[in-house]
Amino acid sequence: MSVGQSNSTRRPDGAALVIAVILAAISIIIFWQTSQMRVPPIQQRVGPTVFPYIVAAGLGLLAIGTLISALRNGFPARSKDDYGPIAWIIGGLVAQILLLSTAGFSVATGVLFALTAKGFGRGPLWQTIPIGVIFSFIVWFIFARGLQLSLPMGPVERFIVTGSF
Amino acid sequence: MNTFELLGQGLIAALQVQNLIYALIGVTLGTAVGVLPGIGPALTVALLLPVTYNLDPAGSLIMFAGIYYGGMYGGSTTSILLNTPGESASIVTALEGNKMARQGRGGPALATAAIGSFIAGLIATLGLAFIAPFVVKFALSFGPADYFALMILAFVTVSAAFGDSPLRGLTALFIGLGLGIIGIDQQTGQTRLAFGVLDLLDGIEVTTLAVALFAIGETLKTAADREQVEASVMAVKGSVWMTLEDWKRSWGSWLRGTFIGFPIGAMPAGGADIASFLSYSAEKSFAKKPEEFGHGAIEGVAGPEAANNASAAGTLVPLLTLGLPTTATAAIMLAGFQQFGLQPGPLLFANNASLVWALIASLLIANFMLLVLNLPLIGLWVKLLTIPKPWLYAGILVFATLGTLGANGAMSMGFGSVRISFELVLLLVFGVLGYLLRRFGYPIAPVVVGLILGPMAEQQLRRALSISQGDPAVLFHSPISLVLYAVAIIAVLLPMIMRMRGKGAVLGQLASDED
Repeated sequence: MSVGQSNSTRRPDGAALVIAVILAAISIIIFWQTSQMRVPPIQQRVGPTVFPYIVAAGLGLLAIGTLISALRNGFPARSKDDYGPIAWIIGGLVAQILLLSTAGFSVATGVLFALTAKGFGRGPLWQTIPIGVIFSFIVWFIFARGLQLSLPMGPVERFIVTGSF
Repeated sequence: MNTFELLGQGLIAALQVQNLIYALIGVTLGTAVGVLPGIGPALTVALLLPVTYNLDPAGSLIMFAGIYYGGMYGGSTTSILLNTPGESASIVTALEGNKMARQGRGGPALATAAIGSFIAGLIATLGLAFIAPFVVKFALSFGPADYFALMILAFVTVSAAFGDSPLRGLTALFIGLGLGIIGIDQQTGQTRLAFGVLDLLDGIEVTTLAVALFAIGETLKTAADREQVEASVMAVKGSVWMTLEDWKRSWGSWLRGTFIGFPIGAMPAGGADIASFLSYSAEKSFAKKPEEFGHGAIEGVAGPEAANNASAAGTLVPLLTLGLPTTATAAIMLAGFQQFGLQPGPLLFANNASLVWALIASLLIANFMLLVLNLPLIGLWVKLLTIPKPWLYAGILVFATLGTLGANGAMSMGFGSVRISFELVLLLVFGVLGYLLRRFGYPIAPVVVGLILGPMAEQQLRRALSISQGDPAVLFHSPISLVLYAVAIIAVLLPMIMRMRGKGAVLGQLASDED
């Protein structure tokens, strides 16, 4: 991705071009999906397709606007972002999604907690994962037991609450 | 019954112990999230929606409104002591407030912010109580075409009128509108844009989108941005009490801020950040000592802080009377009403009068609570600022995923023995979207408002068109709708003219509309 810092270079903003393409693609997808709908003749004029067509047309125009803005370097200067921390945090969210059904809320969310802290430079994981699991268990206990929120149980929760796995 | 009687009955209901407790929880949480950087009232209300599912509707709504008010109070603390606004409406407060703190006058700065917020909240809530019945009477004559025009006006003011780029504001809005189409069409039962995914048939949850954009997006952006400097907390030195001169200089600013903020919130002309910014420029031109601006002028704290609270109360006018949210927090509060099967609008005042008036009355009480929470207990809130970032954001993500699971924890997808919560996958996808929006300078609030208001606008549009049998000219028949379209056009053109006259930079500061 190029960083459009100065107007003097006049090089098109690559990332903004990508955004324009994505907007155009979404517009086309909405057009195409809406045109596939089978609408009874009585709803032709005021049916469920009217609004999607308006939105798709709007997105199409915005794609063109974004394209022009990209060519003119109309986007604000961007900070130089580090992708390492983002990878840690997204990794934490993915790990939680995959672990929830088998390991339960506390363990899965504890891993998310530790990997997020890692993204902000706090480690090591062998310390932060236990901290996260304990914290998540306390949160689970308050919300699942106290406020009757339905949160997935795993071996840890079952053992502490019922005394057996 | 007149407004006094209704408000009196509301006060009796609001003074019930249960409702007082809800209000206290709301303002306490609201102050806390206002103080903490990275989370705002919109996110907090979104996270609490699933928790309140089984609770009393009136109590929950009182709590949400308390969070909204509290967030406006708390944000000033962070701005003054940390120079990092806790929520976007306090950006302006940081300009003078932090300078005052550096000079050892942090105490009076916090005091003028709290007392100004109190006075503004009080006047503006009374304004809400007395204006709402008139708007309701007026709104009862609205037809579908008028409502549609009103929503177009809201779309324009939320996305295009303010912020540094109408293009990016409108793009954010249309992303929200596009997401709003997904699912089963309410009127015909046809599926739209679900791509065969069963979990998408019910549409995208406003809470999931809001939590993802605000919590996950903000966390990713904060973690990735290397240029973000670690700001140091200024200790509150000296007396928190204002001197006689401080009082003399503040009271006019409080009142001016109130009368700027309330109409801006009520009109739908944008969020609290716009109000606080306009108040700041008004104070600058009214000031007896303009040379102090930029070096810690107390008027620059008093006015904007009053303005942002007044506009929060003003926002409740269109929300309660017309069902029209004009900020992200209001949009999520609307989702809260809908969760309890209530639809804000003129009919709410007829069918649920006791609930509405209890809510308005408890805002008056919440204001007194906030004054106590924010003046004598200020030291407690300052301690929140010392939580290290890794723990703060890790905790935010724990609660973000907890709220999402609590709202819709069905493990409907998966492979083998591993089951996956579709809602959490959506949370991740929208979280990445939130990061990208921030990175490329797109505002967040229009996405949320578009998702919740889009389907409502579509409904009114289709009603209007089916009355006219498909003739779009019906949209421009009534004088009300013509006036609304005219206001919408002015709302787009006026900032453009301001921008051309070289005021683009200051408008750009309003871009991060997140309250």
